[in-house]
Parts: sequence; structure tokens; C-alpha cells
Amino acid sequence: MALLEVKQLHKRFGGLHAVNDVSFQVEPGQIKAVIGPNGAGKTTLFNMISGTFPATSGAVLFQGRELRGKKPFQVASLGMARTYQNIKMFSGMTALENVMVGRHVQSHAGFLSSMFHMPWTWKEELDIREKSMELLALLEIEEHAHTEAASLAFGQQRAVELARALALEPTLLLLDEPAAGLNIYETAEVGRLITKIRDLGITVLLVEHDMSLVMDISDEIVVLCFGEKIAEDLPTAIQQNPEVIKIYLGEE
Amino acid sequence: MKKLLSILPLLVVVIGVHLLTSATDTMYYLTQMTMSAYYSLLIIGLCVLMGYAGQISLGHAGFFAIGGYLSAALTTRSLIPYQDTLPVKLLDSAGFLLAGQDIYGDSLLVVTPWAACIIAVVTAALIAVAIGIPVLKLKGHYLAMATLGFGIIVYRVALACEYFGEADGISEVPAFMLFPGLSVSGNFGDRVSNYYIAWGLLLIGMVLLLNLMDSRVGRALRGIHGSEEAADAMGVNTARFKLQTFVLSAVFAAIAGVFLTHYNGGIGPSEAGVMKSVRYVAIVAVGGMANLWGTLLMGIVLNFLSLRGVFGSYDDAVFGLILILIMLFAPNGILSINVRYCLKQLTGRNKQDREGEV
Amino acid sequence: MTLELAIQYLMAGITYGSIYAIVAIGFNIIYNTTGIINFAQGEFVMFGGMIAITLLNFMPLPIAIFLAVAITMVIGALIEICFIRWLKSPSVLRMIIITIGISILSREVAVHIWGESIRSLPYFVGNEITSIPILGARISPQVLWVVLVSALMVLCLGIFFKTTSVGREMRACAANRKAATLCGINTQNMVTLSFILSAGIGALAGCVMSPITYSQYDMGTGLAIKGFTVAILGGLGSSGGAVAAGLLLGIIEAFSVSVVPLAFQDAISIAILLAILFVRPQGLFGSKEAAGLKEY
Repeated sequence: MALLEVKQLHKRFGGLHAVNDVSFQVEPGQIKAVIGPNGAGKTTLFNMISGTFPATSGAVLFQGRELRGKKPFQVASLGMARTYQNIKMFSGMTALENVMVGRHVQSHAGFLSSMFHMPWTWKEELDIREKSMELLALLEIEEHAHTEAASLAFGQQRAVELARALALEPTLLLLDEPAAGLNIYETAEVGRLITKIRDLGITVLLVEHDMSLVMDISDEIVVLCFGEKIAEDLPTAIQQNPEVIKIYLGEE
Repeated sequence: MKKLLSILPLLVVVIGVHLLTSATDTMYYLTQMTMSAYYSLLIIGLCVLMGYAGQISLGHAGFFAIGGYLSAALTTRSLIPYQDTLPVKLLDSAGFLLAGQDIYGDSLLVVTPWAACIIAVVTAALIAVAIGIPVLKLKGHYLAMATLGFGIIVYRVALACEYFGEADGISEVPAFMLFPGLSVSGNFGDRVSNYYIAWGLLLIGMVLLLNLMDSRVGRALRGIHGSEEAADAMGVNTARFKLQTFVLSAVFAAIAGVFLTHYNGGIGPSEAGVMKSVRYVAIVAVGGMANLWGTLLMGIVLNFLSLRGVFGSYDDAVFGLILILIMLFAPNGILSINVRYCLKQLTGRNKQDREGEV
Repeated sequence: MTLELAIQYLMAGITYGSIYAIVAIGFNIIYNTTGIINFAQGEFVMFGGMIAITLLNFMPLPIAIFLAVAITMVIGALIEICFIRWLKSPSVLRMIIITIGISILSREVAVHIWGESIRSLPYFVGNEITSIPILGARISPQVLWVVLVSALMVLCLGIFFKTTSVGREMRACAANRKAATLCGINTQNMVTLSFILSAGIGALAGCVMSPITYSQYDMGTGLAIKGFTVAILGGLGSSGGAVAAGLLLGIIEAFSVSVVPLAFQDAISIAILLAILFVRPQGLFGSKEAAGLKEY
């Protein structure tokens, strides 16, 4: 069974069909990319999958479960984490604390037990801290753990954001333009980190603009244009697809 | 336990102030210190709501007044006319009623202070839930106006209801016996014990909030403040957390209201006024918003000065001016200017340690 | 309820409603150019009335009113220049707190100048017992003044925004500040102008209403919250909506007197505000679609 199934998804903003009848599946363990020129509806598609806003029609099934009407925090607790194109760090918090927020769904302490510092929260707190440090180490930024996240370099913030998303222990990771704003070295670096994440057994669905990154790391690619799916294939096949070349690669 | 250690110096200061005033024969200062402590209890609760969860409230004097007024009314207004109604019977069978006499010698039937306190605080919490669910969906100006509106409604109701004493408020509120030998009251003989009750309460509140901030919940709240959308995507039920914080701060405000009312022996409508709410917001802003220690310090200092009448007839003007100046020149609070700058100068080191607030 | 009484209530409602509408339009003008809700809007009304009352000791009424409006406009400009102009993209929370601070400070200045006593301007025509019979009800001519002046202000503002180049530049600034800057419009001056304008209309409203509703140093907060209610009710930023909503709130308030004790009257309009905020933050006349793009 596919991990994520997108079925005839539609989104209309007034008269504009931002996403029009898009269907595809994401198999467990793969890196799947959605590409397309600006305004193709990639981010809209993402926001519908993660529950930021509802689809006009169509369905999203995650592990066979319908996500309609689920809010982002509910989708997150089902095991789907996401990052943002324009990184959304928690300002005023250190990199470590940012990642620790990511452990939210994996921990339970509430208002009262936190206020009274109940013994059963001690172990949980230690666990959160350890796991978060491990993730920072995995993404090779543990030396910045105690720096305020918003003051880190852009590429490092990306890594912190990835660590934060991984802290949820997601089965599916949604990455919204992970290479946006990065130079070619940083892009290659992020590509390497994404493959590393996939090798941990986490399925990745990414939306991307940067063709080099997508071609390098994805197992399958969906091409969107003006809200419609025009192709879905292996990277090599996509590179040969005349329609894709015409509307996407051709314009460069 | 680390939190308890960080509270220790404050405890020393509290005892030190007592000893100092008794040595210099200036014990009358303790009265204002006691009142400042109660106001500060409300203010640190508001600090968590505003500074950490990022939700402004211009109606917290309303919760203070709900606590104070309910507890005052229940412990002074006689229930004899309603003796046969179900709620009164229930209270009676639970042992929450107290028979007595008023100053004219007429017999009274009132609620015991403990029961009144619980009823008042629970009511404030319930109202906070009812108001919070719709209000906290709003942001920015809308949230500010909605909470301001709530505050004005409480003020108007206090002013318009005969039960709450209209413009005169409620006086002759009895002492609140916490347990035999220790009661919250304005009696001259109880001044020192009340000073310690107030500060004990404030210290407990402070420890609880420090614990809360350094926990899963606290991080989630700061996350909401940092980026609500990202916190949501991290699985934080933002609506619920905001609501719980709102209720928590309302409970702090109500408790402060109950205790201060018993201490003062009464409460008037000005406690529910908009200016009070604005003043609390001002103090949180001066303290540095997301800074419990700074807020506590400023809460004590400014309330003490104001209660001593240092600002004279310019009391409200001073708080208005403070608001503007702080927001214009030091939006991170008054402590952020000196301490951070001086630390940098002294150590030549960047602010790495965000724990060192004071 | 007799017809006469109903008309009496209706006229009272329209009077108060016009004032609320003017305060709401004041909110809108500033909101449109800056995105700020000016919590000190009610204080402009207070200043207008109070200054005119003081000036009346030295000069005839029309000149006193004219000067009071001019002085309040200067105050508006000063507020913008001192507290708003030089802030670079401040957060909403910061702006709220600053304008609240300004409102408190204005009130404190007023109480130290004029004291806590209630004052009023004399009736423009006749005195408090002069009345005009309308359909059997007796209406004070001042009521007509209020309605007339308010209507004129709305009309003039409409003409100003539609036909003059400055008005058009202000609208451009409202629609898209960045684009307006790129077109060579000095948006900062537009913001100052918006404060001057809304101080001016607030002050004029403060003068015409003073004989009926009186002026006092602390009248601002109540007016501000009602004006805000009206601004929201009519859809934030819409002048036409503000007029309709203002009249609606005024009339509801006036008729509620026959049902609810006077002491709770403010609570009624605030309850309306809360209800609107919860149910339709885009206002009665705003579209849901457009509202989806805004943040509440």
C-alpha cells in the first residue's frame, strides 16, 4: 500500500484553479519530488496535504487514512512532518530548543505536571534533550546547539529545521523547497542530508525548483504545470520527456 | 530543584526586607510590599500569557475583579433570603456556610472564605474558558479590543449591580483564615504574617511558572510566539495551549484578587477598571515581556512606588509614559538595555546564555 | 411604544450613530494607510470638544470650533511624527501598546488641564429646550447639526479621496504601500496626513456632539471601543460600511434603553462587538473570500 495517496485533488481560489485534478502516490522509503515552474501550484498542493488549508475537492490518504478536516497539528501527530520554503524558526529559542519543540508529539507532560515538576516528567525531559542532541548531531550542527536559531546562517537554519521535523519521528517528511535561498554548495549539502534521512527509512516528499538537486536525489518525479499534473516518472525519463522540456527546462 | 535554588536569593531578600523594616522602625512599608506582591502575582501570570504565549490581554483586571468581588460578596452578603433554594442548601450541607452577625447585630448567613475563594477562582477559570475559546481565535488588534471589551463589561457589571455595591464596592469583608492562627486580613497585628503569606504565595507562583516555562509546555508556548504556523506543524495544538495559558493567567489573577480583597477588607470598581489592565500590561512590557524575573522585579518596584503615592496625581500618566517609552526605545524591556549592554562591555562576549535574565 | 417615543429613540440613535460612524471612519483612515488601529482615536474627539470649550471664552463659537479642529489636527500630526513615523516595521503588539500609551497620556494631559468636571459647548442654535416637532416627536436642533455635519464630513471625505490627487495618493498607499512608494508617493507624509485627517474629523465630531453628550476628559475610551465596534461591523477600512454600521449600532443602543437598564448600555454594545468578532470578523458587509486573505 502506498504511504501517501493524493486523489484528484482540486483547489480553487475564486476563479483560479491553483491545483487541478492532481493524483499521485508516494511509496514507502522513496524520495519523491514535485517540480514545476513558478505558480504551478506546488506549495498549494503541499499546504493541502499538511492540512494548512482544505482542498476544494479530492482526497489525501495517509497510511490509508483520510486526512480531510484534519488540522496541521493532527496531521503532524499522525506522523507527517514538514519544513517551510522560507524557514520558520522559533525566534528567541536556541537551535536545541527548536528541535526540542519537535519532540512535542512524542512526549506528554501537561500544564499541571510541568508546573509541579512531577517526577515522571524528569525522565521524559531528559529523553527529549538527548534525542534532540542526537538529531542535531545527525545533521552535523551539534556545535550550534546553544546558539539562538534565528541568528544561524541560512544553511544551518535549514539543518535545524530538518532536525526539528525529524524530532517528530515522522514516517513521511514533507520538504517545501529545501534548497531555496541556498548556494550550490549548501544545496549539495542539503541533498546529502536528505538522502541520509531517506536511508533512515523515512519517506520524503519534496517540492523543489532546483533541478540539479531533484535529479540527483529523487527516486520519482511529478511535474506540475498551471495546477495540472503533466508527467510522473523516473528522473531519467523526466529529463527526456519533450513536454517537460518544453514547459520547464526549455524556458531556461 | 534547580528552580528552588534560583528562588532562594529572593527568599533571602524577602526576609531581609522584613528585618530591615523592623530594625529601622519602618514596618509600614510592609503593607505596600504585601499589596505589591499580590498585584505581582497577577502580573507574572499575565507575563506567561503575553510574553511567552504571545497573546495580549487588556482585560486581566476583569479576572482580578471577578475573584475579588465574588469572594467579597459571598463572604459578606447574607444568604438568609435564599435559604430554601437548592444551591444554598447544597452549600449548607457541604459545611460551607457560616452563621454570624453583621455590625448592626442582624443575623447573617454567609459562605466561608475558603469555599468563597474556591468558588471565585473556579468561576474566573470557567469565564476564562468561555471567553477564551472565541477570543483567542483572534489576533493583534482584534484580540486587544476583544479583551478590552471583556474588561469593560466586568467593570460595568460591577458598577451597575446592587449586589456588587455599585460605585461603593463591597466593604467589611471578613478575614480569610487559611488555617487556625494564620489569616489574611488587614488587622494591624497580622501585618507581618500577611507579608509572608503574600510573598509565600508569590514565590510559589513564581516557582510553578518557572517550572512551566522550562518544560515541554513552555517550549511549545514559546514556539507559538515564535511562529504559530510552525508550532502547529510540529503537532502543537495551538488553540488548546493558548486557552490553557489564558485560563492559568486568569486563575493567577483571580487568586490575587481574592487574597488582596480579604487583606484590604474590601474591593471597589476601580480594581476592574481599564486603567488597571493597561497598567499590568505596561509592567509586563517594562519587565521585558518574555522575562519572568524582570516582570517580577518591575511588578514589585512599580506597584510599590505607585502604592506609596510617589507619582502623586500623575500615577496613570507615569504608566502611560512608561508604556510609550519602553515600546519606542526598549521593546525588550528596561532590563535588556543595561544588563545586556553592560555584560557585553564587561566580558566582551556575546549573549550566549539566555538563562541569565537578571 | 408610541410612535412619538419610537421617533424620539430613532433620532437619538441616529445622533449617536453618526458620531460612532465618524470615529469609525477615523479608525479606517489610519488603518488603511498604516495597518494600525489607533487606540487614541477617541481622544481626538475629546480634545476637539475640550479645546473648543476653552477657546469659547475668548472668541465666538464658529471660530473657536475652527481653531479647536485645527489644533487637534496639529496634535494628530505631532503624535504621528513623534511616536509612529520613525519606527521601522514595528510589530502589531508594539503598535497597540504605543497607541494605548498615547491614549492614556492624552487623557492625563486633559485631566490636568481641564480637571474631571463635565463641560459642554452651548447649543449652536437656541438652547436645551428649543425643539423642532418631527412627526409628533420633539427633536433638538442640535441633533440636526450633528447629523448634518457628519453627513457633510462623509461626503467631503468621499470627494477628497475620489477626486483630489492627494486623496488618490492616499488610496494608493492604502492599497499597496510598497507599490505606492515605488510610484514616487511619499508614503510617510501620507501617514502623517491620515493622522491629521482623522484627528480633524474626530475633533469636529467632538464639537458638534458636545452640547448634547457633554465633554469629559475620559470620554475617549468608550467612544473608541464603540467606534471600533462600528468599524468592524461595517468591515474594517470601509467608509460606507462604517456609516451604515454606525447608524445601526446607535439605533440598537437607543432602543435597548427600553429593555435594558441604562447602566448596562455600554455592556450591550461591547457584547455586540464581541459577538461580531467571533462570528463575522470581516463585518456585516465584508465578503468572506476577501476576509480569508486578512489576519484576525
